[in-house]
Amino acid sequence: MSQQSTTPCCYQVSEDAVTLQAPAPVALHFQQQIWALAEMLKAKGFYQAIVPGMNNLTVQFEPSQFSAEMVQEHLLSGWHSVQAEHFQSRELEIPVRYGGDNGPDLRDVATHTGLSEAEVIRLHSESVYTVFFLGFQPGFAYLGGLPESLHTPRRATPRAAVPAGAVAIGGAQTGVYPKAAPGGWQIIGHTDVVLFDPRRDEPCFWRPGDQVRFIPC
Amino acid sequence: MLEVIHPGIFSSIQDLGRVGYRQDGVSQAGALDPLSLRLANRLVGNSAGAAAIEVMLGQLQIKFNRSGWIALTGADCLARLDDVPVYCGWRMPVRKGQILQLKVARSGLCTYLAVRGGIDVPTLMGSRSTDIQAGLGGLDGRALKAGDRLAVRQAEKCHLEKLGILLPTPLPQLRVLPGADWSSFTAQAREHFMADGWQVTPTSNRMGFRLQGPVLQLQSPLELPSSGVFPGVIQVPPSGQPIILAAEGQSTGGYPRIGAVIRSDLWKLGQLRPGQTIYFTQVTADEAAAAWQVQQRYLQRVEMLLASQQDSVCDALI
Repeated sequence: MSQQSTTPCCYQVSEDAVTLQAPAPVALHFQQQIWALAEMLKAKGFYQAIVPGMNNLTVQFEPSQFSAEMVQEHLLSGWHSVQAEHFQSRELEIPVRYGGDNGPDLRDVATHTGLSEAEVIRLHSESVYTVFFLGFQPGFAYLGGLPESLHTPRRATPRAAVPAGAVAIGGAQTGVYPKAAPGGWQIIGHTDVVLFDPRRDEPCFWRPGDQVRFIPC
Repeated sequence: MLEVIHPGIFSSIQDLGRVGYRQDGVSQAGALDPLSLRLANRLVGNSAGAAAIEVMLGQLQIKFNRSGWIALTGADCLARLDDVPVYCGWRMPVRKGQILQLKVARSGLCTYLAVRGGIDVPTLMGSRSTDIQAGLGGLDGRALKAGDRLAVRQAEKCHLEKLGILLPTPLPQLRVLPGADWSSFTAQAREHFMADGWQVTPTSNRMGFRLQGPVLQLQSPLELPSSGVFPGVIQVPPSGQPIILAAEGQSTGGYPRIGAVIRSDLWKLGQLRPGQTIYFTQVTADEAAAAWQVQQRYLQRVEMLLASQQDSVCDALI
């Protein structure tokens, strides 16, 4: 894939799914175009699933209705027709209790990054993050915007259970665990915000495009 | 009303799964073998997607506190209703107080018990399926336990006779299309994948079937952006051992994809038994489409048979 290219590539994932991938490297403006494309396709109603990923979009179609080639053409022409700037995003705040029992790995992150614990908290909470897409668990958001100075590798031995509400750093990523799950990310804080409640009209707390800040409390 | 006397190794309430929530990180869940669930439901006059009990490896014991009709499909568990055998693919009347006992499945993995009317649990995001990983849906988001009492939805009175249908046989061969990252694997890896037998490991579960066999290598390291995946997609993590995503597989993933099981063979995932050896066969898109037509025609023949046995006054769809 040429780094100069502005043309995405399309490929077939399975008998009934096709992915459109924006050219490398990963960029926010490409993700904005992916969101806009997803909105446009949702309105058309052709596809059973429309799933944004990291600078890509995967759709599930009915093979007796459309061929994979038709879908790829449709995605590519859609990509060129949507305007990323038109996409509306919300601003959300997530209160976080950093450190102590709420953030058992805060010290390790400080040690690895060479910063004080207070600086780790400051840098983490001063950044504005963008929800790129949801996946992995219901309500789990892949966030863009973690400062490079906070990048910390995953733990050598994953925990059997990372608690629900854990605010964590894993490599170049940061995120919040909606539900207890095994995981190797570094836990630096905790939030009581319920990220996924199936009883709500909109079960997910956040959606792609949202701008998020972590607020120390 | 059913009472679970013994849940067996692992039983849960499933229907055809949640549609429309993958972009929220919510798996489809639902029956690992949706074809068998569909057939069990239709045998008792339920709509194809009514909630039923998915029983893994048998041993379920259920007491019926009301009369009605049941059907068993999928893996054969030498089931008995009191002392009368219940054959897979047959619908049977049950009387209040009767006990259904399943033995260990002789082969295969999932058996489906459909009850006329369908299992009555609340719908969550459009489905009664249990997502065990996420703790959503079904009965409190969990597997069945001894002592659980399950309600059954009221069905229209209908005159039914015992009836059996021929069920498809899950041959241990999964037809696949080459995966999105097929050409990134070495030639030896591609050959091993299609030619060698793969053993289903005991760490397999409703999220995916982990296979053991030759280590599959990439030509060079690949860093893939996370992207949407679906049941049937076959991922290869750094271990080089493939995983077939199943009903509760995650909505996004970043591991290289070597293949994807065709739609017509997805139901066979629900019959993959730990310890069993399976094979992959590469097919073309046209062959996949033809296979789908074959399956659709089979389902149509089943519908015709059911309709011909139905009392003309009785509404078959619930």
